[in-house]
Amino acid sequence: MTSPAAGVATLAEQHGAGNVRPAATVSAAFARAAEVRAGPDGLNAILALDRDGALGSAEELAHRHQQGQRPGPLAGVPIVVKDNIATLTMPTSCGSRILEGYVSPYEATVVTRLREAGAIVIAKTNMDEFAMGSSTENSAYGPARNPLDPTRVPGGSSGGSAACVAAGIVPAALGSETGGSVRQPAAFCGIVGVKPTYGRVSRYGLVAFASSLDQVGVFGRTVDDAAIVVGAIAGRDRYDSTSADVQVDTYQSPATEDLTGLVIGRPREYFPESLDSRIRDRCDAAIATLRELGATVRDVSLPHTELAIPVYYIIAPAEASSNLARFDGVRYGVRGAAPSLREMYERTRSGGFGPEVTRRILLGTYVLSAGYYDAYYKKAQEVRALIADDFRRVFGSGVHVLFTPTAPTTAFPLGTRSDPYDMYLSDIFTATANLAGIPALSLPVGRVDGLPVGGQLMARHFNEAVIFRVAYALERALGGRSA
Amino acid sequence: MSVSEDDVRHVALLARLGLDENRIPTIAAELNGILAHMDVLSRVNTAVAGAVTGVGAAGTPLRVDGGNQIPLARPREAFAPAARDGFFLVPRLATHEDAAAESS
Repeated sequence: MTSPAAGVATLAEQHGAGNVRPAATVSAAFARAAEVRAGPDGLNAILALDRDGALGSAEELAHRHQQGQRPGPLAGVPIVVKDNIATLTMPTSCGSRILEGYVSPYEATVVTRLREAGAIVIAKTNMDEFAMGSSTENSAYGPARNPLDPTRVPGGSSGGSAACVAAGIVPAALGSETGGSVRQPAAFCGIVGVKPTYGRVSRYGLVAFASSLDQVGVFGRTVDDAAIVVGAIAGRDRYDSTSADVQVDTYQSPATEDLTGLVIGRPREYFPESLDSRIRDRCDAAIATLRELGATVRDVSLPHTELAIPVYYIIAPAEASSNLARFDGVRYGVRGAAPSLREMYERTRSGGFGPEVTRRILLGTYVLSAGYYDAYYKKAQEVRALIADDFRRVFGSGVHVLFTPTAPTTAFPLGTRSDPYDMYLSDIFTATANLAGIPALSLPVGRVDGLPVGGQLMARHFNEAVIFRVAYALERALGGRSA
Repeated sequence: MSVSEDDVRHVALLARLGLDENRIPTIAAELNGILAHMDVLSRVNTAVAGAVTGVGAAGTPLRVDGGNQIPLARPREAFAPAARDGFFLVPRLATHEDAAAESS
């Protein structure tokens, strides 16, 4: 039997060669989930398991291999999926009471592509309700916990997926990104998290939060795990008109770690005076390593960075207030009993949405309402363009990749961020990539007080390949996944 | 700009959210706390800002205006408690019963 944490490439190879039965690996993943108590009595990382379906799929896959079908790049690899991505055999609750027990009648394209590549989806994972949060404490099903220290959050909103990978249940997982919801939990859990370019991966079947920002993201125990999964799910999808018809590169480990010829930018706004000096030191050590690998490092400026959080927390709630209008008790999920239509809507929504979702719907409705639209929403869109221009200018000046901290802190203890805006500041270094639509990746670059620190790489649109090249080299030079 | 309790009631009405009256002062305070951080945007000169772009130079691809047949795992009729003549049947609301009674 091979551990599910062996790595995507190793597992797929062994399953494809017939050395290991996919069902044995899937069983080992379930056993590991039980061992680390991934359910509600422990890490609370998993909302639904599909034991029978996963084992059946694994046996079926082995049979197809025996019949001569060529194994896919994810052959028999167990994977978990965030609960806002539509699956047919498990509910899609989005971490919300309003969708409790809801089973989608169609499947997300990313799930279809995982299956076609041979992956076995074994579970749906806990998340902040409708992906609104940075700690997975906003789930209607209780907070998820960080496997490295269960008194701390795993980050969010894709905290359940990150926890499953960090706990060694699966080598890779799907999450979703709107403002950092894959990269920040990856940083908090000491694993790799990727937000592809907006349009690189289909959003069909990803329950919409903020449609101009949302993107399916990938977690991996290593850069290679994440790279293989991104390669499997990327590409144009006829069911998502915002998915781009752009060539998908093969993301694989380069033969050499040599980064000669690459220019790495160190944006000063991501290293403010207020940044924890220990996080700054870990990131600067990683930058020094990049220099040793042959890269040229250049100080650069992205002057509108500090405006990203105000912009993000206007645009995202505005889009959310519109997207979540569909949850009204008529078409999906639960329904509140009431004597009139308006009261039915109001009871359903007030009873179904938690406090943070309610707050953001109100905020979004307010900034879109007459009299405030220009001052807030229009202005935020204009400043968003300035933020995107900052990146265009820096990448146009010859910088290939930017390196920054992923988050301003390490994983914080549960229940310690009660002020909403304090929580929003967790996204301060990640929301910019979503606003600009560019790809970004977080990987572990060291530890502070035993907790992982994430370093972030960003590049121009559709240039995931250069990010992976740098990430592979840095990961190897730093000596493995947790540095 | 500050959000009054009446603003909260108005926005809740627009958003079809039934808020407990006791929570409204807290929500108004929270929204004001958040929006205070947004005021920094009003001081930014955006006269030079270009159009907001999402996917970059590749633009958004278009498809034939014919619609895609979405493959469904279950028949459409399975989504509702009951269906008739291709329409979903949903539980009647009391107001509809009243209207029906009045019109008969």
